[in-house]
Amino acid sequence: MNTFASVKTGIVASIPMIIGGIPFGILFGSLASSYGLSPWFAIAMSAIVFAGSAQFVALGLIALNAPIWVIVSTTFIVNLRHLLYAADMVKYVKHLPFSTRLIMGFGLIDETYAAVRPLYTVGTLNDKTGHKAYLGSFLAFYIMWNITTVLGVLSGELIPGMSEWGLEFAMVATFIGIITPYLKTQPFWLCLMSAAVSSIVLAGLPNNLGLLSSAVIGVLVGFFAEQQKRRHESVTQFEGVDS
Amino acid sequence: MSVLQSLVIILGMFVVTFGIRFVLLARAHKVTMPSYVEQALKYVPVAVLTAIITPMVLMPSGEMSLSLDNPWLLGALAAFAVGIYRQQQLLTIVVGVLVFFVARYAL
Repeated sequence: MNTFASVKTGIVASIPMIIGGIPFGILFGSLASSYGLSPWFAIAMSAIVFAGSAQFVALGLIALNAPIWVIVSTTFIVNLRHLLYAADMVKYVKHLPFSTRLIMGFGLIDETYAAVRPLYTVGTLNDKTGHKAYLGSFLAFYIMWNITTVLGVLSGELIPGMSEWGLEFAMVATFIGIITPYLKTQPFWLCLMSAAVSSIVLAGLPNNLGLLSSAVIGVLVGFFAEQQKRRHESVTQFEGVDS
Repeated sequence: MSVLQSLVIILGMFVVTFGIRFVLLARAHKVTMPSYVEQALKYVPVAVLTAIITPMVLMPSGEMSLSLDNPWLLGALAAFAVGIYRQQQLLTIVVGVLVFFVARYAL
């Protein structure tokens, strides 16, 4: 695959989630203007921070007049999941120059990880093509996110009440579209159910700690269910050889 | 909010966000993951994304709402069903969003 084909692979894999992201970006911009924030604040945040859900949480905190350290530490907790994505990407970026890894780090969002990472597993991408597809996906999301933020800021000033429409449901649907392809084995179902139940039970915890603890619980349940399954399978295999 | 406050918020958010995303990639050539960590990491996307959306879907106004009057629940169930049976991401998103808006505004 040449460079152009690799970049294109990354963009094509991202298209469904880019479409899902459009209402979300517009909502972010319009919400910022409905809170009376300067248009430049929302635009700069999308360009510099580039973190959808954390930007929403930050807006909510700003509207509540939360102190700056609360806003920054909440951003930290909301985005901690990206550390796990990075841990998973390490093996595919080891050989790349520092500057490439720097840009990949800036662009490490749920959607690009979800679009590009499975393509390594199925063999569509490798050490030579993967980062190009990744950068294509990042660039496509970055352009979409910044354009829709500007559109949202403008339309938020023209159309009041837009933030009440429920546009954030597009994010819910996008995330469901990311989750469902994984649900092919029992450990993944157990991971889903345990994370879902804990997120409801722990919903009252402050500063998004419920989200973080539920994510950890989900990962642990999936991991141990898989260990259990492997042990079971190796036992039955052994018995099969024996008889 | 003053210009200075805005700058501090955006820079602070940038530093923590970029720091989290980049710290492991920066040291990638020196990091080796034990195999059990690799195995556990597979479950991260499902666990994280489920934990983000479940409260949005089941508690859209802060309280549990398991009724058919809840458009978030209907839209999410529709998207989930399409995602499981068809595995086409765009279709999953479009059907989910359509059901949500129909449930919310047409019913």
